Amino acid sequence: MPYHKVPNWTPENGLEVLTFGLGGETFALEAGIVREILDMMPVTMVPGADPLAASVINFRGRIVPLADLRGAFGMEAQANTADSRIIVIELDVNGDPFLIGLTADRVNEVTVLHAGDSEEVPVIGMRWPRENVRCLVRRGGDVVVLPDLTALFSRLTDDAVETTTIH
Amino acid sequence: MSAAEDPTAAFRIEAGELLEQVEQGLLDLGHRLDDMNLVNAVFRGLHTLKGSGAMFGFDALAAFTHHCESAFDRVRKGDVRATPELVSVILSAADHMRTLVDGDAPAAHGQAILDRLAAAVDAAAGISAPMAAPAPLKQGWTLSFRLPPDAMANGTSPLALLDELRELCEATIVATFDKVPALDDLNPGHCLVGWDCTLIGDISREAIEDVFLFVMDDMDITITPLAVEDAGAEAVDEEAQAIPVAVDAPVAANDASPRGAAANRSQGEHVRVPAERLDELMDRVGELVIAQSRLSQLAGHGQDLSLRSVSEEIERLAGEMRDTMMILRMVPVSTLFGRFRRLIHDLANETGKAIELVTEGETTEVDKTVIERLFDPLVHIIRNSCDHGLEKAEDRIAAGKAPSGVIRLSAHQAGGEVLITITDDGRGIDVERVRAKAEANGLIQPGQVVSEDELLGLIFHPGFSTAAQVTNLSGRGVGMDVVKRTIESLRGSIVVKSVSGQGSTITLRIPLTLAIIEGLLVRVGEGRYVIPLAAVEECLELSLEEDLRSRGRSIITLRERLVPFLRLRDLFATGTKPDTYQKIVVVGTGSERVGLVVDQIVGNHQTVIKAMSPLHRNVAAFAGATILGDGSVALILDIAQLIALSQPREERRLAAG
Repeated sequence: MPYHKVPNWTPENGLEVLTFGLGGETFALEAGIVREILDMMPVTMVPGADPLAASVINFRGRIVPLADLRGAFGMEAQANTADSRIIVIELDVNGDPFLIGLTADRVNEVTVLHAGDSEEVPVIGMRWPRENVRCLVRRGGDVVVLPDLTALFSRLTDDAVETTTIH
Repeated sequence: MSAAEDPTAAFRIEAGELLEQVEQGLLDLGHRLDDMNLVNAVFRGLHTLKGSGAMFGFDALAAFTHHCESAFDRVRKGDVRATPELVSVILSAADHMRTLVDGDAPAAHGQAILDRLAAAVDAAAGISAPMAAPAPLKQGWTLSFRLPPDAMANGTSPLALLDELRELCEATIVATFDKVPALDDLNPGHCLVGWDCTLIGDISREAIEDVFLFVMDDMDITITPLAVEDAGAEAVDEEAQAIPVAVDAPVAANDASPRGAAANRSQGEHVRVPAERLDELMDRVGELVIAQSRLSQLAGHGQDLSLRSVSEEIERLAGEMRDTMMILRMVPVSTLFGRFRRLIHDLANETGKAIELVTEGETTEVDKTVIERLFDPLVHIIRNSCDHGLEKAEDRIAAGKAPSGVIRLSAHQAGGEVLITITDDGRGIDVERVRAKAEANGLIQPGQVVSEDELLGLIFHPGFSTAAQVTNLSGRGVGMDVVKRTIESLRGSIVVKSVSGQGSTITLRIPLTLAIIEGLLVRVGEGRYVIPLAAVEECLELSLEEDLRSRGRSIITLRERLVPFLRLRDLFATGTKPDTYQKIVVVGTGSERVGLVVDQIVGNHQTVIKAMSPLHRNVAAFAGATILGDGSVALILDIAQLIALSQPREERRLAAG
């Protein structure tokens, strides 16, 4: 399932998502882009990389960047717990599909969100940069955040500064 | 889509190869206009192309090719002489055939070529082959001789004589045994065998007689010139090589047939495989190697002897498999070099200079992907050499050189790298002009002291061109920076040398393969990194005194030379305490040597390179990553980028303090 800036609600105004917890908030991703959910594993730091994706993991022989959304949503870094998981998703940034691992404090469930419950991102009352969020969805007295992953990660692929040297 | 599913795709591939052969044949023919073998080869190529083109419904191609084939048929029959114009027209016709194979070609263009072809054929017919066609093969001698019976007793070796004849020219030698008596009467010391020989080639009777100089007086010998009875049509027959006027027909036939059979057989042994299948296989083998090293680590820790022996067996097999895989992907550079003959031919026409291409070391084998990506940079370099480097014929004569310029392309392997050298014998790069241009562009300060190597390196700077005028070929200042970027993306490097008035040499050092790297595994803080072994010069310990003293200056003295060093722990901001015994890995890039301070040297490590994710493309310090035996990831350092990155940091430190 492709990824859309505005969630691609089905004709029944539903959207199948995977919800996960991070820093006290609940986030949701289209279930269609999720490839696998992994237990925590050894990670390798990439010195000089953006804090959003500061490390890599070995996902069945492939080098996959591990992203931590906490920074982008103003949350403190946290130690992993027994519930921590890595959600491997496939994302298409600028027509270039690749895998990314996302850290999550816990993975909740696959569920269906309804278009009727979704809200535009309010201008006031948000600590986070508005462009990082696609929309908020009310659900059982709580709010589920749909992060805008393409916007977040395309920042990293776009400003690839070219460094030239003579040697 | 595989070729098997789509017959027209198969034809396109075949046609591409045929045209390649035709083009090579034509280029050779351009140098040796009288060579009937080449004429025949070109004719056969065109003929096959026409036939299979019609079969697969490429009617326009078949019709067009038919005209070229007819023209060549006349050359083949000796009606028309091969001329440079004819060769050149057919070359452009071959280009047109390519576009016809691809499907869309303007008919008017084809007609223009056919008109030129007709003109060239008429012109060539005017010269009307001065009966040169009656092949040179027909010159020669028949010779029969018999040595005196006591020749061997006198120290004459018949075999040596026969060898000498063979050295003179192509010789067919048949022994005659009519004087050999029955076994009972045989004196084994006597030489009773006679020989009938056919010598083909342009040799004089004296040359033959010289062979027998010392035995001439006692021996029977008859030397007669070869009959010239069938000089015409038969000379250009299919197997022009076949021995004429067969002394002994069966011998000639036997000689020819095994060769043909061998050729057929070796063709049958080739399998055409789409490149991506090889790439997939390579990925699998890479993963197998990783899985295997995890297995051997497990087995090494355990006590299970049988597990260990299985693990060792698999280790051996995986290693062999990887080696075989690497060989599968290797292609001789001749496939690359061959493509430049046409380029040189065209460049010679465009510039009006006489240019000769000399290639060396074509059998050197390089990974397929490397070959493909080398083509564009080499085109740029060769164009530059032809346009800027080589002088016009009159200038060359004035400078005391041969009128035609030579471009030399050579390849040879050195360790895990292949060196490709492009040499021209032109005027060389004008270092002063490079300097003036660099100053004008603000690349260097006026009067700044810059070594010649560094100045020559500036020609790879974007937008840099010393050509006073922009030509069709080069001088726009694009190209050389593309060359440099491509070569760097292949993990290679470029060295330019130039001697004023004698020409310039550009050497490309390219790793043999992009898939596997031989590296030194090191630990910095808690992270493990791979340093490409090709860059490593030596490893030494950073003593405590040096470490303390070097707070102010990060330089050590190594064999009378100062070597600056970088603390990778600082650069990577590991935030860990240094190990007690830190090591310095001295790496070299081009003329620079730099030490990298690491906490521990773990050892040699041959690894499969994995690309970094697009998210990490802007992290310049790493060329890729690899997966270690325990399944964790180690990053591969990009030495050149690392040094470049650290330079501003050093400068900042100097500025601050």
